[in-house]
Amino acid sequence: MDLSFTETQNMLRDMLARFLADTYDFETRKKMLARPEGRDPGIWKALATELGILGAPFAEAHGGLGGGALENMIMMEELGKVIAIEPYLQTVVIGGSALKHAGGALADAMIPAIIAGEAVIAFAYAEPQGRYDLANLRTTAKADGAGYVLSGQKAVVYAAPWATHLLVTARTGGGQREREGVALFLIDARLPGVVRRDYPTVDGFQASEVYFENVAIPGDALIAGGIELIEQLVDEATIAVCGEASGIAHRLHEGTLDYIKQRKQFGVPIGKFQVLQHRMADMFIEVEQIASMALMGTLKLDQPAAARKAAVSLAKAKVSRSLKFVGQNAIQTHGGIGITQELAIGHYFKRGTMIENQFGSADFHLDRFEQLTLDA
Amino acid sequence: MHLDFSPEDLEFQREVRAFIAENYPAELRGKQDEGDELSKEDFLSWHRVLAKKGWVAPAWPVEYGGTGWTATQKYIWSEETARADCVRLMPFGLAMVGPVIYTFGTPEQKARFLPGILSGDDWWCQGYSEPGSGSDLASLRTKAVRDGDAYVVNGQKTWTTMAQYADWGFFLVRTNPDAKQQEGISFLLVDMKSPGITVRPIITLGGEHEVNEVWLEDVRVPLENRIYEEDKGWTCAKFLLAHERTGIAGVAASKRGIEKVKTIARAELDGERALIANPFFRRKIAELEMDLAALEFTELRSLAGESSGKGPGPESSLLKIKGSEIQQRLTELSLEAVGHYGAPYFRGFGEGDNAHPIGPDYAHRTAPSYFNTRKTTIYGGSNEIQRNIIAKMVLGL
Repeated sequence: MDLSFTETQNMLRDMLARFLADTYDFETRKKMLARPEGRDPGIWKALATELGILGAPFAEAHGGLGGGALENMIMMEELGKVIAIEPYLQTVVIGGSALKHAGGALADAMIPAIIAGEAVIAFAYAEPQGRYDLANLRTTAKADGAGYVLSGQKAVVYAAPWATHLLVTARTGGGQREREGVALFLIDARLPGVVRRDYPTVDGFQASEVYFENVAIPGDALIAGGIELIEQLVDEATIAVCGEASGIAHRLHEGTLDYIKQRKQFGVPIGKFQVLQHRMADMFIEVEQIASMALMGTLKLDQPAAARKAAVSLAKAKVSRSLKFVGQNAIQTHGGIGITQELAIGHYFKRGTMIENQFGSADFHLDRFEQLTLDA
Repeated sequence: MHLDFSPEDLEFQREVRAFIAENYPAELRGKQDEGDELSKEDFLSWHRVLAKKGWVAPAWPVEYGGTGWTATQKYIWSEETARADCVRLMPFGLAMVGPVIYTFGTPEQKARFLPGILSGDDWWCQGYSEPGSGSDLASLRTKAVRDGDAYVVNGQKTWTTMAQYADWGFFLVRTNPDAKQQEGISFLLVDMKSPGITVRPIITLGGEHEVNEVWLEDVRVPLENRIYEEDKGWTCAKFLLAHERTGIAGVAASKRGIEKVKTIARAELDGERALIANPFFRRKIAELEMDLAALEFTELRSLAGESSGKGPGPESSLLKIKGSEIQQRLTELSLEAVGHYGAPYFRGFGEGDNAHPIGPDYAHRTAPSYFNTRKTTIYGGSNEIQRNIIAKMVLGL
């Protein structure tokens, strides 16, 4: 066993951290959000070309840096530290993994496009009725000649307004909640019949309701693997947001610690009050455990499906709970200024709050863990 | 001792229900149902209906415009208005400065200010907190210096709720810089249209403009606008803080809040069943009901003590702590219940598109409401300060 990062991994982290420190301060981020498209596409381009790190988890044969899940965790932690609104999770973690699984001509064409910053992928998997059940799908893909016709609605598709491609889950057969008949497609986001209703999200991203109104898609849009592949992708994504959560929690704690050293009431910095010292100690304990769970989950992503799912669910349940504790206490300790848009702390809290339920709440994941391990 | 309503109470309950059903402004109801943001006029529309009926200030003594209701009737009133989801009345005039004026004011001050509070013609705001004086309110630095028949006020206030609409504000200012902190403060009523007042918005996490910074630069406030004695304003402030804390329990509103959570949980799907059938989720609802029942009967016991002559005392800190925590948990549950649809942000959103909806209407405000409600454990004396009050004033530590 060896839990140390390699020199290359440390360099990746340092390079990204330095870049983000220069380009992603809180005021600059605010200006990005205020732009009509809700982001600065130049940042993504710079990550691709200037830093050349969008290839972090891809094989060298595709022009990547030869890394994997650990590299994704490092990237997500650093992006979390600046509450970046870049589509790394959707494009590189989820889209990239699907393409690696697909292999062949599709991977050969698409992975270099991702690495070059040209392809942006959004993951259209959730549906209004489905909550966190990946097989609860009403969207259908009906065979039609050599291709399919896609119909249905996808809920809250993060990064869809920016996407060149959509990774879509849909039913080619089976009943609404059956595991059989669930399929995955990668389609051009601008196909006729793809209707988007775009909106900002409370945590600063752009997202869409995506309606497929009889969209004709080619047969080679299908990525084989069914529900098992989709579960793997979502597990990887779940652990990636645990990494993001670790970066966010770190900043929530650090920002609060700075604040209580400066803020004076009753003639002393409020950090002198024992009740707040104990609170900061409790927050520290949770922040450390978030980092631990992100790492545990990342290292177990390559285990057989049942063990992987159990580990991911434990990690996400713990991260959801700890992040809520850290976020709520960061705001409480800041007092009124914490609930304004003026300080960064509130914006970290908002993204953290959305992570709590993203890819499943604590209850959902504890339940999944129980089913996997206690019912066996 | 019993919990039954008398026949007279039941008749009163019927009267209240009928009154609300017949007189609650239809336009306001429509906006609430749509989840629209409410304007000053929206809040005032219900206020004016009640003012006309003489029911706008049940807590006030009859001689100043109160209703003379029994404690039970007041309980019924708050239950029924919450049950019917009536908007809350702005507390700054009715629940805050009004009681200060009728308790500490001169006959002239009462005659001048109380009618405008009751009618709703005067919208009030509270100038207490300052950037450097939050939990440590008594350290406030806004100063008022006598100049002939007026004070000249300079300083900065913050977290001034709804100051953008206010006609009048009640301000704590330092009139004696040499006295011990609490002893050099006076309580002034300030015309918000006075020259030298600047109101700047503070936007909160959900995008709301509720609170403001208020800057005062050489603002002249006539001496006759001071309530109670010079340098004794802290007496008024303490009285008011205790009053603010009683209302803050918000029991009736939280009961209504639980019903709203149940409505969402019945509509939301969780696999084959409704979310309300999910054992984890329903347990959280039950736990909220448990804590709310404990709060309700703690408040009723406290009110019973009050009607037998004890004013709201430091034990009202308990009501503030538990009430605010319950309000927050309600918003947590709503946000959890709506799943993916907590994320879309609707403020300033364009025209509706009924053919392509973005989740259910009840989901639209869940996240902003969760963010915004973090304030309840911070304002009105943070919950840390409330615990200090219990430790010091109740437990003698």
